[in-house]
Amino acid sequence: MVTMTVAKALNAGLRKALEGDDKVLVMGEDVGTLGGVFRITDGLQKDFGDDRVIDTPLAESGIVGTAVGLALRGYRPVVEIQFDGFVYPAYDQIVCQVARFHFRSQGRVKVPMVIRVPYGGGIGAVEHHSESPEAQFVHTPGLKVVTCSNPADAYTMIQQAIACDDPVIFLEPKRLYHSAKADVDESAPAAPLWESRVVRPGTDVTVVGYGPTISTCLDVATVAEEEGRSVEVIDLRTLSPLDLGPVFESVRRTGRLVVVHEAQVTLGLGAEVAARVTEECFHSLEAPVLRVGGYDTPYPAARIEDMFLPDLDRVLDAVDRTFGY
Amino acid sequence: MTDPVFGPAPDEDEPELVQLLTPEGERVHHPVFDLDFSADQLRGFYRDMVLVRRVDIEATALQRHGELGLWPQLLGQEAAQIGAGRAMRPQDFAFPTYREHGFAWCRGIDPVRILGLFRGTDQGGWDPKDHNFGLYSIVVGAHSLHATGYAMGVQRDGAVGTGDPERDTAVVACFGDGATSQGDVNESLVFAASYNAPVVFFCQNNQWAISEPLERQTRIPLYRRAHGFGFPGVRVDGNDVLATHAVMQAALQRARDGQGPTFVEAYTYRMGAHTTTDDPTRYRRSADVEQWKAKDPIARLEAHLRAEGLADDAYVAAVAAEADELGERMRRECQELPEPVARDIFDMVHVETPPDLVAQQAAYDAHVASFAEVL
Repeated sequence: MVTMTVAKALNAGLRKALEGDDKVLVMGEDVGTLGGVFRITDGLQKDFGDDRVIDTPLAESGIVGTAVGLALRGYRPVVEIQFDGFVYPAYDQIVCQVARFHFRSQGRVKVPMVIRVPYGGGIGAVEHHSESPEAQFVHTPGLKVVTCSNPADAYTMIQQAIACDDPVIFLEPKRLYHSAKADVDESAPAAPLWESRVVRPGTDVTVVGYGPTISTCLDVATVAEEEGRSVEVIDLRTLSPLDLGPVFESVRRTGRLVVVHEAQVTLGLGAEVAARVTEECFHSLEAPVLRVGGYDTPYPAARIEDMFLPDLDRVLDAVDRTFGY
Repeated sequence: MTDPVFGPAPDEDEPELVQLLTPEGERVHHPVFDLDFSADQLRGFYRDMVLVRRVDIEATALQRHGELGLWPQLLGQEAAQIGAGRAMRPQDFAFPTYREHGFAWCRGIDPVRILGLFRGTDQGGWDPKDHNFGLYSIVVGAHSLHATGYAMGVQRDGAVGTGDPERDTAVVACFGDGATSQGDVNESLVFAASYNAPVVFFCQNNQWAISEPLERQTRIPLYRRAHGFGFPGVRVDGNDVLATHAVMQAALQRARDGQGPTFVEAYTYRMGAHTTTDDPTRYRRSADVEQWKAKDPIARLEAHLRAEGLADDAYVAAVAAEADELGERMRRECQELPEPVARDIFDMVHVETPPDLVAQQAAYDAHVASFAEVL
């Protein structure tokens, strides 16, 4: 058992993957000598060499596009996009190439690669450094999209994503990189990658989140309990494919659901979860499914970013409103 | 033109082409890029070009007959593709655009398999690993990065600079003049230069990007772009199969030897339309096309073969007969291409198909079955 931050856990997970398979490569801007702007790849180039931990030219489409070529040659590249807002120059490569090689080739070609993207806000950053683009990738057939909310998941999920033969968008809640600390049992059996998880059981209302919002959801449950309401919190973990079985099971018991994410609410993950829960749990619902997320504006300037992010009060308010129908 | 402040602009004079065979079929020599071609090689080039031209004509006709939805014509670019394709070794790998029918021919891909993409029976009809030839890239220039990344993999496999002719590997990125404006192509040039990757950028400058002339893409000869990225570029007569072959052989060997990337501009002309949906009479003069007709790649090699006594009427007729057979087979087998199975699309998206897609497939099956019950 080792106490780790999310950043350290990702670093340890990457190290394990590099040790376990010679074909695994790490590539991106500043990932080598510097160890990445968030230090996620700290020390890896020193230990595995610059052939396997590769500082790239500053061009995101180039990074992802060359990673595709490396994957076609038999490698398993793990690409770091430095910040969420810089994934867009690579959008064409991800959507038209990474996601489609398998389909285009009628299943003959595999493109096993991981695209790591630090995402989400709350770090007081300048524009393009606080975005939540997950829905754009979930909407793209051929990609798998996962996100971790704690050090233990960070450690295992990054290794599972690298071992996956399909391309995976791996979203890392950058706000938690160096803040969330927890004991990680490196020898513990890993939970399956494609499963959501009940992180706090409850009976009165279900709150679903992922990545950076899970800690807020847990705070909501604690406060609500003081007010006499039992909140069940579910961490989606996998956004594509979605694993909504535990959500359906939960909503059938609670009859109430709030979905929380930092991304803009319109056509965000909450919309998909709400639609599917309505299809599967229609007769169990005591209230409409409510969404708490970013407003339909660009991410605002840092001094006022808290108004954009779903916080304790906005989620609690939504929980309260589910009892008003 | 010299700017009063910034000095001379890049030299816009048209450079000399590397040429080994004049449009009249006269064998000329080049101080750097010259090769001795055997009779078999010369006849092989001729046969390749005649057959590939027939593939193109036949496919164009199949589109006109409604058998294909679309066909991007190769006409006029046979020498560029055959010269380059035949310079590759089995272990080399090429990443093509959608007009690389001659390259595909050289990599052993049956023309009928190419038709599937344009008939709509598939979106890529071969396994790239079986031929070391990628699937046709429809997004202009995107695959130039894949070629460069693949070449980076070749480096990591230690398959450059060993001196073993069966191991050392070069990669070819094929694209056209229009693609040189794409960010992905420029990024691939940056990456290739940065890592000294064993990739040859083979640019077929056919003068037209649909309706836009070369002047809309560039103010300097394209091969000189390479110099700005830090590696050599050369312009070769793309209608001269011998010169293209010689230059590509040198560039590929340079890559295999670990000396890094090269940009080869094959200067040619798109004699046909961009695709069968295009009408080039709207944007170019027939006089220009006529001028290029005189530079026809097949006619000049035929003239050379005849002058050297390597081909006579009987030989030319025999190759033409072979082309007729190929055309007949394409017409027949195009119609025999198997229809895709609709429910298979759900199985092709992922290696590990997620439950939601399995459920969608089942729902689709049930939907289809519901009509069967009604009938």
